[in-house]
Amino acid sequence: MTHAIAFQNFTLGYNQHPAVLHLQAEIADGSLTAIVGPNGAGKSTLLKGVVNALSPLSGQVSFGSIAREDIAYLPQLSEVDLSFPISVVELVAMGLWRKVGPFGRLGRDYRTRIAEAISAVGLNGFEDRPIGSLSSGQMQRALFARLLLQDARLVLLDEPFTAIDARTMADLIGIVRRWHGEGRTVLAVLHDFDVIRAHFPETLMLARQLVAHGPTAQVLTAENQFRARQMCEACAGPPHTCGRSAA
Amino acid sequence: MWESLFAPFADFGFMRRALLGCVAISVGATPVGVFLMLRRMSLTGDAMAHAILPGAAVGYLVSGLSLGAMTVGGLIAGMAVALLSGFVTRVTALREDASLAAFYLISLALGVLIVSTRGSNVDLMHVLFGTVLALDDTALILLCSIASLSVLTLALLFRPLVLECADPQFLRSVSGLSAATHFIFLALVVMNLVGGFHALGTLLAVGIMILPAAAARFWAASIGGMIVAAVVVALLSCLSGLLLSYHYGLPSGPAIILLAGLAYGFSLVLGPEGGLVARTLSRRFLKT
Repeated sequence: MTHAIAFQNFTLGYNQHPAVLHLQAEIADGSLTAIVGPNGAGKSTLLKGVVNALSPLSGQVSFGSIAREDIAYLPQLSEVDLSFPISVVELVAMGLWRKVGPFGRLGRDYRTRIAEAISAVGLNGFEDRPIGSLSSGQMQRALFARLLLQDARLVLLDEPFTAIDARTMADLIGIVRRWHGEGRTVLAVLHDFDVIRAHFPETLMLARQLVAHGPTAQVLTAENQFRARQMCEACAGPPHTCGRSAA
Repeated sequence: MWESLFAPFADFGFMRRALLGCVAISVGATPVGVFLMLRRMSLTGDAMAHAILPGAAVGYLVSGLSLGAMTVGGLIAGMAVALLSGFVTRVTALREDASLAAFYLISLALGVLIVSTRGSNVDLMHVLFGTVLALDDTALILLCSIASLSVLTLALLFRPLVLECADPQFLRSVSGLSAATHFIFLALVVMNLVGGFHALGTLLAVGIMILPAAAARFWAASIGGMIVAAVVVALLSCLSGLLLSYHYGLPSGPAIILLAGLAYGFSLVLGPEGGLVARTLSRRFLKT
Protein backbone atom coordinates (compact mmCIF):
# COMPACT_ATOMS: atom_id res chain seq x y z
CA MET A 1 0.00 0.00 0.00
CA THR A 2 1.36 3.38 -0.95
CA HIS A 3 1.45 6.30 1.43
CA ALA A 4 -0.21 9.68 1.08
CA ILE A 5 1.95 11.35 3.73
CA ALA A 6 5.24 10.18 5.18
CA PHE A 7 6.74 11.93 8.22
CA GLN A 8 10.46 11.40 8.68
CA ASN A 9 11.82 12.52 12.04
CA PHE A 10 9.38 15.44 11.66
CA THR A 11 9.89 18.14 14.32
CA LEU A 12 7.86 21.36 14.48
CA GLY A 13 7.88 24.23 16.93
CA TYR A 14 7.48 27.89 17.68
CA ASN A 15 10.48 30.05 18.55
CA GLN A 16 12.70 26.98 18.68
CA HIS A 17 10.45 25.36 21.30
CA PRO A 18 9.31 22.09 19.78
CA ALA A 19 5.58 21.28 19.70
CA VAL A 20 5.88 18.07 17.69
CA LEU A 21 8.93 15.89 18.24
CA HIS A 22 10.62 13.37 15.94
CA LEU A 23 7.41 12.11 14.37
CA GLN A 24 7.93 8.99 12.29
CA ALA A 25 4.73 7.80 10.61
CA GLU A 26 3.07 7.02 7.29
CA ILE A 27 -0.52 7.84 6.44
CA ALA A 28 -1.81 5.35 3.89
CA ASP A 29 -3.26 6.55 0.61
CA GLY A 30 -7.05 6.66 0.84
CA SER A 31 -7.14 6.23 4.59
CA LEU A 32 -9.52 8.01 6.98
CA THR A 33 -7.50 8.94 10.05
CA ALA A 34 -8.37 10.75 13.26
CA ILE A 35 -5.64 12.62 15.15
CA VAL A 36 -6.16 12.63 18.91
CA GLY A 37 -4.19 13.71 21.93
CA PRO A 38 -4.36 15.90 25.03
CA ASN A 39 -4.36 19.71 24.82
CA GLY A 40 -0.97 20.98 23.80
CA ALA A 41 -0.09 17.72 22.10
CA GLY A 42 0.74 19.42 18.82
CA LYS A 43 -2.24 18.19 16.78
CA SER A 44 -3.04 21.50 15.05
CA THR A 45 0.65 22.24 14.74
CA LEU A 46 1.09 18.98 12.86
CA LEU A 47 -1.54 19.97 10.27
CA LYS A 48 0.10 23.37 9.87
CA GLY A 49 3.36 21.58 9.23
CA VAL A 50 1.73 19.42 6.55
CA VAL A 51 0.41 22.44 4.63
CA ASN A 52 3.76 24.17 5.12
CA ALA A 53 2.25 27.07 7.07
CA LEU A 54 5.03 26.24 9.53
CA SER A 55 8.49 25.07 8.47
CA PRO A 56 9.88 22.01 10.23
CA LEU A 57 12.73 22.55 12.69
CA SER A 58 14.13 19.24 11.48
CA GLY A 59 13.08 16.20 9.51
CA GLN A 60 10.66 16.32 6.61
CA VAL A 61 7.25 15.44 5.29
CA SER A 62 6.72 13.92 1.85
CA PHE A 63 3.56 13.20 -0.09
CA GLY A 64 3.93 10.13 -2.33
CA SER A 65 2.02 10.83 -5.51
CA ILE A 66 0.01 13.77 -4.14
CA ALA A 67 1.04 17.23 -5.30
CA ARG A 68 1.06 20.12 -2.82
CA GLU A 69 -1.75 21.70 -4.84
CA ASP A 70 -3.88 18.65 -4.15
CA ILE A 71 -4.18 19.37 -0.44
CA ALA A 72 -7.20 21.10 1.09
CA TYR A 73 -6.97 22.42 4.64
CA LEU A 74 -9.72 23.60 6.98
CA PRO A 75 -8.12 25.38 9.94
CA GLN A 76 -9.60 25.28 13.43
CA LEU A 77 -10.30 28.98 13.65
CA SER A 78 -10.84 30.02 10.10
CA GLU A 79 -9.72 33.57 9.37
CA VAL A 80 -12.86 34.30 7.36
CA ASP A 81 -13.86 37.91 7.93
CA LEU A 82 -17.56 37.50 8.71
CA SER A 83 -18.27 41.20 8.30
CA PHE A 84 -16.96 41.15 4.74
CA PRO A 85 -19.83 41.66 2.29
CA ILE A 86 -19.79 38.44 0.29
CA SER A 87 -22.56 35.88 -0.07
CA VAL A 88 -22.56 32.14 0.60
CA VAL A 89 -22.28 31.42 -3.13
CA GLU A 90 -19.21 33.62 -3.41
CA LEU A 91 -17.55 32.02 -0.39
CA VAL A 92 -18.20 28.53 -1.74
CA ALA A 93 -17.03 29.50 -5.23
CA MET A 94 -13.58 30.27 -3.80
CA GLY A 95 -13.09 26.50 -3.78
CA LEU A 96 -12.70 26.64 -7.57
CA TRP A 97 -9.70 29.01 -7.37
CA ARG A 98 -7.20 26.46 -8.62
CA LYS A 99 -9.31 25.81 -11.72
CA VAL A 100 -10.57 29.32 -12.40
CA GLY A 101 -7.73 31.45 -11.05
CA PRO A 102 -7.77 35.22 -10.70
CA PHE A 103 -9.19 35.95 -14.16
CA GLY A 104 -11.04 32.85 -15.39
CA ARG A 105 -14.74 32.91 -16.15
CA LEU A 106 -17.23 31.05 -13.96
CA GLY A 107 -18.94 29.16 -16.79
CA ARG A 108 -22.21 27.28 -16.59
CA ASP A 109 -20.39 24.03 -15.78
CA TYR A 110 -18.76 25.60 -12.73
CA ARG A 111 -22.00 27.24 -11.63
CA THR A 112 -23.69 23.84 -11.67
CA ARG A 113 -20.90 22.42 -9.52
CA ILE A 114 -21.22 25.27 -7.04
CA ALA A 115 -24.97 24.67 -6.79
CA GLU A 116 -24.35 20.93 -6.28
CA ALA A 117 -21.84 21.57 -3.51
CA ILE A 118 -24.25 23.92 -1.75
CA SER A 119 -27.09 21.42 -1.86
CA ALA A 120 -24.73 18.61 -0.77
CA VAL A 121 -24.15 20.46 2.51
CA GLY A 122 -27.86 21.32 2.84
CA LEU A 123 -27.58 25.07 2.38
CA ASN A 124 -30.20 25.38 -0.36
CA GLY A 125 -31.97 28.68 -0.10
CA PHE A 126 -29.01 30.34 1.64
CA GLU A 127 -27.07 31.07 -1.56
CA ASP A 128 -27.46 34.83 -1.50
CA ARG A 129 -27.26 35.34 2.26
CA PRO A 130 -24.29 37.37 3.45
CA ILE A 131 -21.84 35.14 5.31
CA GLY A 132 -22.15 37.31 8.40
CA SER A 133 -25.76 36.16 8.89
CA LEU A 134 -24.91 32.45 9.14
CA SER A 135 -24.85 30.47 12.39
CA SER A 136 -21.61 28.70 13.21
CA GLY A 137 -23.07 25.41 12.02
CA GLN A 138 -24.20 26.94 8.73
CA MET A 139 -20.80 28.56 8.31
CA GLN A 140 -19.11 25.20 8.77
CA ARG A 141 -21.46 23.73 6.15
CA ALA A 142 -20.46 26.50 3.74
CA LEU A 143 -16.76 25.86 4.40
CA PHE A 144 -17.34 22.15 3.71
CA ALA A 145 -19.01 23.07 0.42
CA ARG A 146 -15.89 25.01 -0.46
CA LEU A 147 -13.77 21.98 0.44
CA LEU A 148 -16.00 19.85 -1.84
CA LEU A 149 -15.21 22.15 -4.76
CA GLN A 150 -11.51 22.08 -4.03
CA ASP A 151 -11.71 18.45 -5.08
CA ALA A 152 -8.48 17.65 -3.24
CA ARG A 153 -6.93 14.22 -2.88
CA LEU A 154 -5.78 14.96 0.66
CA VAL A 155 -8.17 16.74 3.04
CA LEU A 156 -6.97 18.06 6.41
CA LEU A 157 -9.60 19.06 8.97
CA ASP A 158 -8.73 20.74 12.28
CA GLU A 159 -11.51 20.11 14.83
CA PRO A 160 -14.20 20.41 12.16
CA PHE A 161 -17.09 19.47 14.47
CA THR A 162 -16.42 21.78 17.40
CA ALA A 163 -19.23 24.17 18.37
CA ILE A 164 -21.79 22.85 15.90
CA ASP A 165 -25.10 21.07 16.49
CA ALA A 166 -25.58 17.30 16.26
CA ARG A 167 -27.57 17.46 13.03
CA THR A 168 -24.90 19.47 11.24
CA MET A 169 -22.22 17.16 12.58
CA ALA A 170 -24.06 14.10 11.22
CA ASP A 171 -24.38 15.73 7.79
CA LEU A 172 -20.73 16.76 7.68
CA ILE A 173 -19.58 13.30 8.80
CA GLY A 174 -21.60 12.02 5.84
CA ILE A 175 -19.46 14.19 3.57
CA VAL A 176 -16.24 12.98 5.17
CA ARG A 177 -17.38 9.39 4.60
CA ARG A 178 -18.21 10.24 1.00
CA TRP A 179 -14.64 11.51 0.50
CA HIS A 180 -13.37 8.29 2.03
CA GLY A 181 -15.55 6.29 -0.38
CA GLU A 182 -14.08 8.25 -3.29
CA GLY A 183 -10.59 7.16 -2.28
CA ARG A 184 -9.44 10.54 -0.91
CA THR A 185 -7.15 10.64 2.11
CA VAL A 186 -8.69 12.43 5.09
CA LEU A 187 -6.87 13.48 8.24
CA ALA A 188 -8.96 15.07 11.00
CA VAL A 189 -8.10 16.40 14.45
CA LEU A 190 -10.96 15.27 16.70
CA HIS A 191 -11.90 15.05 20.37
CA ASP A 192 -15.06 12.95 20.42
CA PHE A 193 -13.97 9.32 20.83
CA ASP A 194 -17.49 7.99 20.06
CA VAL A 195 -17.44 9.72 16.69
CA ILE A 196 -13.95 8.39 16.01
CA ARG A 197 -14.86 4.82 16.94
CA ALA A 198 -17.98 4.95 14.76
CA HIS A 199 -16.53 6.56 11.66
CA PHE A 200 -12.73 6.69 11.60
CA PRO A 201 -10.96 3.39 10.84
CA GLU A 202 -7.46 4.71 11.65
CA THR A 203 -6.24 6.82 14.57
CA LEU A 204 -2.97 8.56 15.29
CA MET A 205 -2.43 9.50 18.94
CA LEU A 206 -0.03 12.31 19.58
CA ALA A 207 1.46 13.74 22.76
CA ARG A 208 4.13 15.87 21.12
CA GLN A 209 5.70 12.52 20.26
CA LEU A 210 3.90 9.67 18.59
CA VAL A 211 2.00 7.56 21.13
CA ALA A 212 0.32 5.09 18.83
CA HIS A 213 -0.84 4.83 15.24
CA GLY A 214 -3.02 2.15 13.67
CA PRO A 215 -6.54 0.74 13.64
CA THR A 216 -8.73 2.85 15.92
CA ALA A 217 -9.71 0.02 18.30
CA GLN A 218 -6.04 -0.72 19.00
CA VAL A 219 -5.05 2.93 19.48
CA LEU A 220 -7.89 4.28 21.61
CA THR A 221 -7.10 2.14 24.63
CA ALA A 222 -7.14 3.31 28.23
CA GLU A 223 -3.46 2.45 28.48
CA ASN A 224 -2.50 4.64 25.50
CA GLN A 225 -4.57 7.54 26.81
CA PHE A 226 -2.87 7.28 30.19
CA ARG A 227 0.53 7.23 28.50
CA ALA A 228 -0.37 10.26 26.36
CA ARG A 229 -1.47 12.24 29.41
CA GLN A 230 1.73 11.37 31.22
CA MET A 231 3.87 12.37 28.25
CA CYS A 232 2.02 15.67 28.14
CA GLU A 233 2.38 16.38 31.85
CA ALA A 234 5.63 17.99 30.77
CA CYS A 235 3.46 20.09 28.45
CA ALA A 236 1.41 21.37 31.35
CA GLY A 237 4.51 22.98 32.84
CA PRO A 238 5.61 26.55 32.15
CA PRO A 239 4.23 27.68 28.81
CA HIS A 240 7.60 28.31 27.22
CA THR A 241 8.47 24.63 27.44
CA CYS A 242 5.34 23.72 25.55
CA GLY A 243 4.28 24.74 22.02
CA ARG A 244 2.72 28.16 22.36
CA SER A 245 -0.47 27.73 20.41
CA ALA A 246 -0.11 23.99 20.02
CA ALA A 247 -3.65 23.09 20.92
CA MET B 1 -30.59 78.52 -8.86
CA TRP B 2 -29.18 77.10 -12.11
CA GLU B 3 -27.12 80.22 -12.40
CA SER B 4 -25.36 79.62 -9.10
CA LEU B 5 -24.88 75.90 -9.87
CA PHE B 6 -23.47 76.15 -13.39
CA ALA B 7 -22.19 79.65 -13.91
CA PRO B 8 -18.99 79.17 -11.87
CA PHE B 9 -17.97 76.24 -14.06
CA ALA B 10 -19.09 77.90 -17.30
CA ASP B 11 -17.33 81.17 -16.57
CA PHE B 12 -14.07 80.14 -14.96
CA GLY B 13 -11.44 77.76 -16.31
CA PHE B 14 -9.95 77.13 -12.88
CA MET B 15 -13.30 75.82 -11.63
CA ARG B 16 -13.54 73.42 -14.58
CA ARG B 17 -10.01 72.21 -13.92
CA ALA B 18 -10.77 71.77 -10.25
CA LEU B 19 -13.88 69.77 -11.14
CA LEU B 20 -11.96 67.52 -13.52
CA GLY B 21 -9.25 66.95 -10.90
CA CYS B 22 -11.90 66.06 -8.33
CA VAL B 23 -13.65 63.65 -10.70
CA ALA B 24 -10.32 61.90 -11.32
CA ILE B 25 -9.64 61.59 -7.60
CA SER B 26 -13.18 60.39 -6.86
CA VAL B 27 -13.06 57.68 -9.52
CA GLY B 28 -9.50 56.57 -8.71
CA ALA B 29 -9.11 56.87 -4.97
CA THR B 30 -12.59 56.11 -3.65
CA PRO B 31 -12.76 52.42 -4.74
CA VAL B 32 -9.36 51.90 -3.09
CA GLY B 33 -10.85 53.53 0.01
CA VAL B 34 -13.70 50.99 0.01
CA PHE B 35 -11.18 48.18 0.24
CA LEU B 36 -9.18 50.06 2.89
CA MET B 37 -12.34 50.28 4.98
CA LEU B 38 -13.34 46.65 4.40
CA ARG B 39 -9.85 45.49 5.42
CA ARG B 40 -10.06 47.63 8.55
CA MET B 41 -7.13 49.66 7.30
CA SER B 42 -8.79 53.09 7.35
CA LEU B 43 -6.27 54.38 9.87
CA THR B 44 -3.45 52.78 7.90
CA GLY B 45 -4.50 54.96 5.00
CA ASP B 46 -4.37 57.99 7.26
CA ALA B 47 -0.92 57.07 8.53
CA MET B 48 0.39 56.56 5.03
CA ALA B 49 -0.98 59.92 3.91
CA HIS B 50 1.14 61.58 6.59
CA ALA B 51 4.11 59.42 5.70
CA ILE B 52 4.13 60.85 2.18
CA LEU B 53 4.95 64.32 3.47
CA PRO B 54 8.74 64.11 3.98
CA GLY B 55 9.18 62.58 0.52
CA ALA B 56 7.21 65.38 -1.05
CA ALA B 57 9.14 67.84 1.11
CA VAL B 58 12.50 66.55 -0.09
CA GLY B 59 11.23 66.83 -3.64
CA TYR B 60 10.23 70.41 -2.84
CA LEU B 61 13.67 71.08 -1.35
CA VAL B 62 15.39 69.84 -4.49
CA SER B 63 13.30 71.65 -7.07
CA GLY B 64 10.74 73.93 -5.45
CA LEU B 65 7.03 73.43 -6.08
CA SER B 66 7.75 71.00 -8.90
CA LEU B 67 5.06 68.44 -9.55
CA GLY B 68 7.33 65.63 -10.72
CA ALA B 69 9.88 65.85 -7.90
CA MET B 70 7.22 66.03 -5.20
CA THR B 71 5.29 63.12 -6.72
CA VAL B 72 8.31 60.85 -6.96
CA GLY B 73 9.43 61.83 -3.47
CA GLY B 74 5.97 61.12 -2.06
CA LEU B 75 5.76 57.74 -3.77
CA ILE B 76 9.15 56.68 -2.43
CA ALA B 77 8.44 57.85 1.11
CA GLY B 78 4.97 56.29 1.18
CA MET B 79 6.15 52.90 -0.04
CA ALA B 80 9.15 53.00 2.30
CA VAL B 81 6.95 53.59 5.34
CA ALA B 82 4.47 50.89 4.26
CA LEU B 83 7.25 48.34 3.79
CA LEU B 84 9.26 49.36 6.86
CA SER B 85 6.28 49.17 9.19
CA GLY B 86 5.36 45.77 7.74
CA PHE B 87 8.98 44.69 8.27
CA VAL B 88 9.03 45.94 11.87
CA THR B 89 5.78 44.09 12.58
CA ARG B 90 7.22 40.85 11.25
CA VAL B 91 10.62 40.92 12.99
CA THR B 92 9.82 42.64 16.30
CA ALA B 93 7.17 42.42 19.00
CA LEU B 94 5.52 45.69 17.95
CA ARG B 95 2.04 45.46 16.38
CA GLU B 96 1.41 46.93 12.95
CA ASP B 97 -0.74 49.83 14.19
CA ALA B 98 1.91 50.96 16.66
CA SER B 99 4.78 50.69 14.18
CA LEU B 100 2.77 52.57 11.55
CA ALA B 101 1.90 55.28 14.02
CA ALA B 102 5.55 55.61 14.99
CA PHE B 103 6.69 55.89 11.39
CA TYR B 104 4.07 58.40 10.35
CA LEU B 105 4.61 60.68 13.34
CA ILE B 106 8.33 60.75 12.57
CA SER B 107 7.58 61.36 8.90
CA LEU B 108 5.13 64.17 9.61
CA ALA B 109 7.55 66.00 11.89
CA LEU B 110 10.38 65.53 9.42
CA GLY B 111 8.24 66.72 6.54
CA VAL B 112 7.06 69.90 8.22
CA LEU B 113 10.63 70.60 9.34
CA ILE B 114 12.04 70.20 5.83
CA VAL B 115 9.40 72.38 4.19
CA SER B 116 9.73 75.16 6.77
CA THR B 117 13.53 75.35 6.56
CA ARG B 118 13.35 76.36 2.94
CA GLY B 119 9.92 77.62 2.09
CA SER B 120 7.38 80.05 3.42
CA ASN B 121 4.26 79.26 5.40
CA VAL B 122 2.33 79.57 2.16
CA ASP B 123 4.29 76.66 0.70
CA LEU B 124 3.69 74.63 3.84
CA MET B 125 -0.03 75.28 3.60
CA HIS B 126 0.09 74.26 -0.05
CA VAL B 127 1.65 70.91 0.76
CA LEU B 128 -0.52 70.25 3.80
CA PHE B 129 -3.86 71.35 2.39
CA GLY B 130 -3.47 71.25 -1.39
CA THR B 131 -4.55 73.67 -4.07
CA VAL B 132 -7.47 72.22 -5.95
CA LEU B 133 -8.26 75.63 -7.46
CA ALA B 134 -4.78 75.99 -8.95
CA LEU B 135 -4.33 72.72 -10.83
CA ASP B 136 -2.30 73.20 -14.02
CA ASP B 137 -2.24 70.94 -17.09
CA THR B 138 0.55 68.68 -15.87
CA ALA B 139 -1.18 68.21 -12.52
CA LEU B 140 -4.45 67.32 -14.26
CA ILE B 141 -2.71 64.84 -16.56
CA LEU B 142 -1.03 63.29 -13.53
CA LEU B 143 -4.31 63.00 -11.61
CA CYS B 144 -6.13 61.45 -14.58
CA SER B 145 -3.29 59.02 -15.30
CA ILE B 146 -3.22 57.89 -11.68
CA ALA B 147 -6.99 57.43 -11.67
CA SER B 148 -6.92 55.37 -14.90
CA LEU B 149 -4.03 53.21 -13.73
CA SER B 150 -5.70 52.72 -10.37
CA VAL B 151 -9.06 51.65 -11.82
CA LEU B 152 -7.38 49.26 -14.28
CA THR B 153 -5.19 47.70 -11.59
CA LEU B 154 -8.12 47.30 -9.25
CA ALA B 155 -10.12 45.58 -12.00
CA LEU B 156 -7.28 43.13 -12.65
CA LEU B 157 -6.69 42.57 -8.96
CA PHE B 158 -10.35 42.38 -7.96
CA ARG B 159 -10.78 38.66 -7.34
CA PRO B 160 -7.53 38.02 -5.44
CA LEU B 161 -8.08 41.21 -3.45
CA VAL B 162 -11.57 40.15 -2.36
CA LEU B 163 -10.18 36.77 -1.33
CA GLU B 164 -7.27 38.39 0.46
CA CYS B 165 -9.74 40.51 2.42
CA ALA B 166 -12.35 37.83 3.13
CA ASP B 167 -10.13 34.84 3.88
CA PRO B 168 -6.39 35.50 3.61
CA GLN B 169 -5.52 32.09 5.03
CA PHE B 170 -7.44 30.40 2.21
CA LEU B 171 -5.77 32.50 -0.48
CA ARG B 172 -2.37 31.62 0.97
CA SER B 173 -3.27 27.93 0.91
CA VAL B 174 -4.36 27.86 -2.74
CA SER B 175 -2.14 30.42 -4.38
CA GLY B 176 1.09 32.36 -4.11
CA LEU B 177 -0.66 35.61 -4.95
CA SER B 178 -1.39 36.68 -1.38
CA ALA B 179 1.77 38.67 -0.71
CA ALA B 180 1.77 40.20 -4.20
CA THR B 181 -1.88 41.22 -3.79
CA HIS B 182 -1.18 42.93 -0.49
CA PHE B 183 1.84 44.74 -1.88
CA ILE B 184 0.12 45.94 -5.05
CA PHE B 185 -2.82 47.13 -2.95
CA LEU B 186 -0.50 49.17 -0.71
CA ALA B 187 1.12 50.61 -3.83
CA LEU B 188 -2.35 51.62 -5.07
CA VAL B 189 -3.06 53.36 -1.77
CA VAL B 190 0.21 55.31 -1.89
CA MET B 191 -0.23 56.19 -5.55
CA ASN B 192 -3.74 57.57 -4.99
CA LEU B 193 -2.68 59.49 -1.91
CA VAL B 194 0.15 61.10 -3.83
CA GLY B 195 -2.30 62.05 -6.58
CA GLY B 196 -4.79 63.31 -4.06
CA PHE B 197 -2.28 65.43 -2.20
CA HIS B 198 -1.77 67.76 -5.15
CA ALA B 199 -5.44 68.67 -4.98
CA LEU B 200 -6.38 68.23 -1.34
CA GLY B 201 -3.04 68.20 0.47
CA THR B 202 -1.37 65.39 2.39
CA LEU B 203 -3.64 65.79 5.40
CA LEU B 204 -6.97 65.76 3.59
CA ALA B 205 -6.21 63.46 0.62
CA VAL B 206 -7.16 60.44 2.67
CA GLY B 207 -10.53 62.03 3.46
CA ILE B 208 -11.87 61.53 -0.06
CA MET B 209 -10.83 57.86 0.23
CA ILE B 210 -12.32 56.99 3.60
CA LEU B 211 -15.39 59.20 4.14
CA PRO B 212 -17.29 58.22 0.96
CA ALA B 213 -16.39 54.57 1.60
CA ALA B 214 -17.68 54.75 5.16
CA ALA B 215 -20.88 56.41 3.91
CA ALA B 216 -21.30 53.78 1.16
CA ARG B 217 -21.29 51.00 3.72
CA PHE B 218 -24.77 52.18 4.74
CA TRP B 219 -26.19 52.15 1.21
CA ALA B 220 -25.11 48.84 -0.31
CA ALA B 221 -24.67 45.25 0.80
CA SER B 222 -22.34 44.06 -1.97
CA ILE B 223 -18.81 45.21 -2.80
CA GLY B 224 -19.80 46.39 -6.27
CA GLY B 225 -22.69 48.38 -4.86
CA MET B 226 -20.46 49.92 -2.21
CA ILE B 227 -17.91 51.04 -4.79
CA VAL B 228 -20.60 52.67 -6.94
CA ALA B 229 -22.20 54.35 -3.91
CA ALA B 230 -18.81 55.59 -2.67
CA VAL B 231 -17.90 57.10 -6.04
CA VAL B 232 -21.29 58.83 -6.23
CA VAL B 233 -20.86 60.24 -2.71
CA ALA B 234 -17.34 61.43 -3.56
CA LEU B 235 -18.49 63.12 -6.79
CA LEU B 236 -21.38 64.88 -5.08
CA SER B 237 -19.17 66.09 -2.22
CA CYS B 238 -16.60 67.41 -4.68
CA LEU B 239 -19.17 69.25 -6.77
CA SER B 240 -20.97 70.77 -3.81
CA GLY B 241 -17.70 71.48 -1.99
CA LEU B 242 -16.33 73.42 -4.95
CA LEU B 243 -19.55 75.45 -5.27
CA LEU B 244 -19.59 76.14 -1.56
CA SER B 245 -16.02 77.37 -1.59
CA TYR B 246 -16.71 79.48 -4.69
CA HIS B 247 -19.81 81.21 -3.37
CA TYR B 248 -18.67 81.76 0.20
CA GLY B 249 -14.96 82.21 -0.34
CA LEU B 250 -14.04 79.16 1.73
CA PRO B 251 -10.92 77.02 1.21
CA SER B 252 -12.02 74.32 -1.22
CA GLY B 253 -10.18 71.24 0.13
CA PRO B 254 -11.69 71.41 3.62
CA ALA B 255 -15.10 72.32 2.11
CA ILE B 256 -15.06 69.14 -0.01
CA ILE B 257 -14.01 66.90 2.87
CA LEU B 258 -16.54 68.50 5.23
CA LEU B 259 -19.33 67.84 2.77
CA ALA B 260 -18.14 64.24 2.45
CA GLY B 261 -18.31 64.16 6.24
CA LEU B 262 -21.84 65.51 6.07
CA ALA B 263 -22.75 62.74 3.61
CA TYR B 264 -21.25 60.25 6.04
CA GLY B 265 -23.33 61.61 8.93
CA PHE B 266 -26.48 61.55 6.79
CA SER B 267 -25.81 57.92 5.74
CA LEU B 268 -25.05 56.94 9.31
CA VAL B 269 -28.52 58.04 10.36
CA LEU B 270 -30.64 57.29 7.29
CA GLY B 271 -28.73 54.58 5.36
CA PRO B 272 -30.85 51.46 4.72
CA GLU B 273 -28.00 49.02 5.45
CA GLY B 274 -27.61 49.19 9.20
CA GLY B 275 -28.13 52.92 9.61
CA LEU B 276 -29.49 54.19 12.91
CA VAL B 277 -33.08 54.66 11.71
CA ALA B 278 -33.14 51.33 9.84
CA ARG B 279 -31.84 49.54 12.92
CA THR B 280 -34.34 51.11 15.27
CA LEU B 281 -37.21 50.37 12.90
CA SER B 282 -36.25 46.72 12.46
CA ARG B 283 -35.90 46.30 16.21
CA ARG B 284 -39.35 47.76 16.79
CA PHE B 285 -40.70 45.51 14.06
CA LEU B 286 -39.28 42.47 15.85
CA LYS B 287 -40.85 43.50 19.14
CA THR B 288 -44.41 43.91 17.93
